[in-house]
Parts: sequence; C-alpha cells; structure tokens
Amino acid sequence: MRANCWMGRNTVEVREVPDPQIMNDRDAVVRITSTSICGSDLHLYDGYIPTMKKGDVLGHEFMGEVVEVGREVRNLRIGDRVVVPFPIACGHCVACERGFFSVCENSNPNAGLAEMVMGHSPAGIYGYSHMLGGFAGGQAEYARVPFADIGPIKIEDDLRDEQVLFLSDVFPTGYMGAEMCDIQRGDIIAVWGAGPVGQFAMASARMLGAERVIAIDRYPQRLRIAQENTGAEVINYEQVDVLEVLRDMTAGRGPDACIDAVGSESHHPSSAINAYDRGKQAVRLETDRPHALREAVLSCRNAGIVSVIGAYGGFIDKFPMGSLMNRSLTLRSGQCHVQRYLRPLLDRIRRGEIDPSFVITHRMRLDEAPKAYEIFKNKQQDCNKVVLSV
Amino acid sequence: MHTADGARPQDALPELVTPQAGPVPRLLGLLSLGIGVAAVAVPDQMARAAGMDHLPQHGRVARAVGARELGHAAALLSGRRPAAWAWTRVLGDAMDLSLLGLALRTGREQRQRRAAMATGVVGAITALDIAAAVYLTRVAARGRMTRVRASITVNRTPTQVYRFWRDLANLPRFMGHLESIRVGGGGRSRWTVRAPGGRSVHWDAEIVEDRPSELLTWRSLPGTAVPNVGRVSFVPVPGNRGTEVRVELAYAPPGGAVGRAVARLFGEEPGQQVRDDLRRFKQVIETGEVVRSEGSPQGTGTRHLMMQHPAQPLAGARVG
Repeated sequence: MRANCWMGRNTVEVREVPDPQIMNDRDAVVRITSTSICGSDLHLYDGYIPTMKKGDVLGHEFMGEVVEVGREVRNLRIGDRVVVPFPIACGHCVACERGFFSVCENSNPNAGLAEMVMGHSPAGIYGYSHMLGGFAGGQAEYARVPFADIGPIKIEDDLRDEQVLFLSDVFPTGYMGAEMCDIQRGDIIAVWGAGPVGQFAMASARMLGAERVIAIDRYPQRLRIAQENTGAEVINYEQVDVLEVLRDMTAGRGPDACIDAVGSESHHPSSAINAYDRGKQAVRLETDRPHALREAVLSCRNAGIVSVIGAYGGFIDKFPMGSLMNRSLTLRSGQCHVQRYLRPLLDRIRRGEIDPSFVITHRMRLDEAPKAYEIFKNKQQDCNKVVLSV
Repeated sequence: MHTADGARPQDALPELVTPQAGPVPRLLGLLSLGIGVAAVAVPDQMARAAGMDHLPQHGRVARAVGARELGHAAALLSGRRPAAWAWTRVLGDAMDLSLLGLALRTGREQRQRRAAMATGVVGAITALDIAAAVYLTRVAARGRMTRVRASITVNRTPTQVYRFWRDLANLPRFMGHLESIRVGGGGRSRWTVRAPGGRSVHWDAEIVEDRPSELLTWRSLPGTAVPNVGRVSFVPVPGNRGTEVRVELAYAPPGGAVGRAVARLFGEEPGQQVRDDLRRFKQVIETGEVVRSEGSPQGTGTRHLMMQHPAQPLAGARVG
C-alpha cells in the first residue's frame, strides 16, 4: 500500500510499504478514505519530537471502512464506516475505566522509553514516535487499529467524511480545552493559536456558554476563519501588546480562562526573545518554546484557569510559576480523551449545532502529502487545514 | 512499579533476603586487635604466659604473632570479604597451636603448665574461629544469589490475580523467555526455558507456600542446575483500585551453557526483565493480549527499545 513516511527532519515521502495485518485478536484493519495533517504532525516534521525513526508511517487523524476484524472484535463488521480516535486505549485499565483514555496504562508497548522522559507513560498514539508506541499511522491506504472494540465510532448517517473526520482529534481536543475551563455564565475565554484546534476550542467555548471568546494569532486568514465561524474577537499579537489589550478588553480583570492551543513551537513578536528560545532549543536546553503559555498564565484573571491543549514534548524554560501560584491559578492539561467525546460530539454534528468542515482550506490526494506538509508548515496559500483523500 | 525495599512478609524464605553477616566479623576483629596490641606492646610477658620464654628471640616471635593479629584486625574491621579473613584467622590459630606444641614438648614442668593453659585458650579460640568462618562462608554463599524485586498494580481483585498465577501454565504468556511450565501433581511443576542454539533447559519446582488470594511461593527442587526461589504476593489497593502485585525472585547464576540460558531468561539486567514481564502480565490480565505495535511487534521489552522496527506494517505472516 501507499503510505506517507517520515524520512528525517523536514522530509516526508509517500512510499510503498507492506499492507497492515491483524496482529492481535482485538485488532481491525481499516481502508482509509480520508485523513488529515494535524498541527502536531508539524512538530514531528520539524524534528522536535524524539524517538522518530526513518520510515515511520505518519498520521493520527483518519477514518475509513473496516476491511478485517480480529476474533475478539464483536462491535464492528466488515464494511462499517468508522472514525478512529488518535489515542490508543485498552478500555479495561483503571485509567480507561475512569475515562482517561489518553493515559491508558496498557496501550504503549514502549512505555519504558516514555518513562525515561515523562516519569510515567501515557497511551500509545498512531504515527507519533516510538516513545508513544511505534504504531504505524493513518496517512496511508490502510491502518491497523488495535483495541478496535473500544476506540472507533461507527458513522451510520449520510454525513460526509469532512463533517466527521475531525472527531478523530482536533474537534474533541478543542472541546476538551474548553470543557477544562469550567465555563460559567458571563465568562470570557481567550484562546492562543487560531489554528483548527484553537478554532474548535473557540466554537466549543461558545457551545458551553461563554459570553465572549478572544482569538490570539498572527495570521489574518486564521483569525478571519475564527471570527466568522465562532464569533471570536481577534487579536493579532504582531500588531498590539496582548496583555495590554486583554486588560483593556476585560476592564482590568483578565480573561476568566485562557486556552493554550499552540504548544511547543510558539512564536514571539520580539525577535530577541524568539532568538533566545530558539537558541536554547537548538542546544537542547529546552525542547519546547513556551511563549504562548507564558502569556496565557500572565493574562489570566486571578483564580482563573489555564487550559493547555497545545502539544508539548519535553521541557520548557522561564515558566511564570510565581504568577500561577500567587494568583491562585489552576493549570489543566492533557492529550484529549477522545473516546469520551465521540458520541456527544457526533450528536452535536448530527443536530447541526456545528459543521466541523469549516476549518478545511485544502483538499489534496494522499500522494501529495509532501507538498501538503510544506504548504501547511509555511502557511502558504492561507493554509488552515489539509484533508487528504485516499 | 518499583524495586525499592518495601514491606515484606515476616516469614520470607531465607533465599529471598539479602544476608547480613551481623556483628561476627567485628567481634573477631576486636579479638584480633586485643591480642595483637598485647603481643606487640608487652611481647616478653605474652611469651612467658604462653610458656615459650625459653626460646631464643621469644620476644621477636611474640611481636610477629602480634603483627599478624593486627593485620587480621584491620582486614576484619574493614568489613570486606569477612569469610576469607575468618579462615586466615583459623590458619593463624593452627600456627599458634604448633608453636605451643613445641613449647609443650621441650619446656620445663612449670613452663609446660603455662603452655598447656595457653593451648587450652587458643584451642577455644580456634573452635570459635572455625564456627565463625563456617557461618560467614554460608552467608557469603547466600549473598552470591541474584535477587530481583518488582511490582505493578493491576485492575483486578487479589482473587482473580491469584487464580491467574496459581495456574502456572499461564506464566509463559507473559514471561518473555519461558517456553512452558508443565504442571504435575502435589504442587510440582517442570519449567522449560529457551536456551541458545534451539535447545532448552529444564528444572523442577514445587509450591512451598500457597495462601489463596494472598501469596504464592515456589522453590526449585534440590539437585537442579539453577537453584531458584520465587514469591508473588497480592495486596488489594484501597478504594477499588485493583491489586498490588509484588514479585521477589532469587537464583544462583550457574556457569556454562545453562548459565547462558538463565542469563537470557533473566536478561542482561534481571530487574528490567522482571519489570517487562510484569508489564506484559498487566496487559494480558487486563486486555487479554500482549500489546504489539509495528515498531515493537514482539510487544513490551526493554531489550528491543533501542532497536525498533520502523512504525510501518511488517511484511509477512500474522505475528499474534
């Protein structure tokens, strides 16, 4: 089959690889119809996530048709149309039973590697480094889906792929970011990063009753998509001082909750500060650049919530701990427990409360993946989200 | 999962406990120190007490004996290799006894009496030294056993976990290098381990302690090439959080082909191997299978971590 493989820093290639096989009784094999590139794939592309190996099949946002099931998979049949959540979860450990699917205790066979970096291991993730399992990803014609009796959700309506594909990651991730804000009547929610995850966080904050939503980014096209689809007010951080504007917009209080939807490769308008963090990253004194997170902490109102859904890989520097502690802030974070949100969010899509396809700007073929990564990374052609059809 | 020292059952098998030599080496060292100091400081009186003052240069002999004792004292008080040094004390005692034998044969009556008394004292010390040396040698032998402890928490009740382990035939499902366990009668079982070159190594074991839902202890039968002992205990975690499973193993690593097989069984780093086994055990009992990825098709194993297959489907037949 054809699959998009990581071949080193800034290099992906669509190559011929063997077809996936059932390896365990709870596996299924899915023929992929639609797959997409996630912002977090760019962290792999840019070489910031350790333990990648040449030839790794990328991709953790995919859907398709079941073509083979293992003996223990009783909820799926050949021909079923499914969306597959990006965290692999066994469904039977204490974490899964409590709904913390992205920290499943069993799904990472390479847990020992993750423990070296993180102390304990989170769940395995498709196409996201060997530290997170070494699972082949879904930017391919087919994918093996472990624990297929727990993860995938069947799509029985006539909803188009584009409307349900993002249930695999970015929509629930944004939704969980908003949910972690404990939104109350009158709340103002600020979101750093107006990419697809940020846009879904803004839309979700609205659905959960936020009074106002503020988007912070530097790309006018992304801010425009956010404004038009989620009613967000927008701040271009290259043009104004974010803290000052937020203080002004909230009459000195600060947003009630701040969502970091940027993660490890954030950018700072001051070239000196940018150079400082890039330099430290280059010599591995820190693995992640936390400008957005620093600003989210400093901006948040006293006793507010900082919700982190942007992906981080390792260690950050100059974290404003004094601000967090002295001002009674709450820091919440997590890879999305996607399995928890599949059904309720599918219901919202079905009821027409949201059409997630609004984030898509580019529709390409799987074979065009290398070009798609370049366009997406460099935000060429106002790229916001690429869907690859297979 | 951890391997630090924690609570252990009161009645642990001696093999499972790291042996301590206790105060014996220190007492022997102090005894040597006392004799040594006396012999060096007042050699003439010491030689007289031993009935050897008739010998020419008796002072020099006493000082030499004293210097030897000071050497023993330093070695024993350093705490290193106490068994070996206890045996050199026995050797020293033999030298002293032969010197005294000389005095007994050649001395005058009064001197012979003193020599006889000294012989009695040295004889008693010799008996003490032999007992101490034998004891310390045994402790050292137990110290040469390799001990491994590891633990994990699983989402099952102690009864479920106990039942799974009690059926020893289940163990090869998660113990990486174990080929099979054939269960016989009377708590006996035959363990087979894959050895290099397609061969296998066997040993017989018996269950020596069986407390349902609590713990299980097994021990290899006498005469096996790989003496080993193992225990697994199950403790419920309060608040419905499953069961803490703690494993303790001890084995005497042999040499030769069998040794290599056993080294493979327990891995380069035995603690790591057991932790990997426990991780797979958790996967099997909670999910029904050993979790495999394209990068780690054999499943959890620290040995494979550094030589991962790329995360792309493998060519060829079904692995599971």
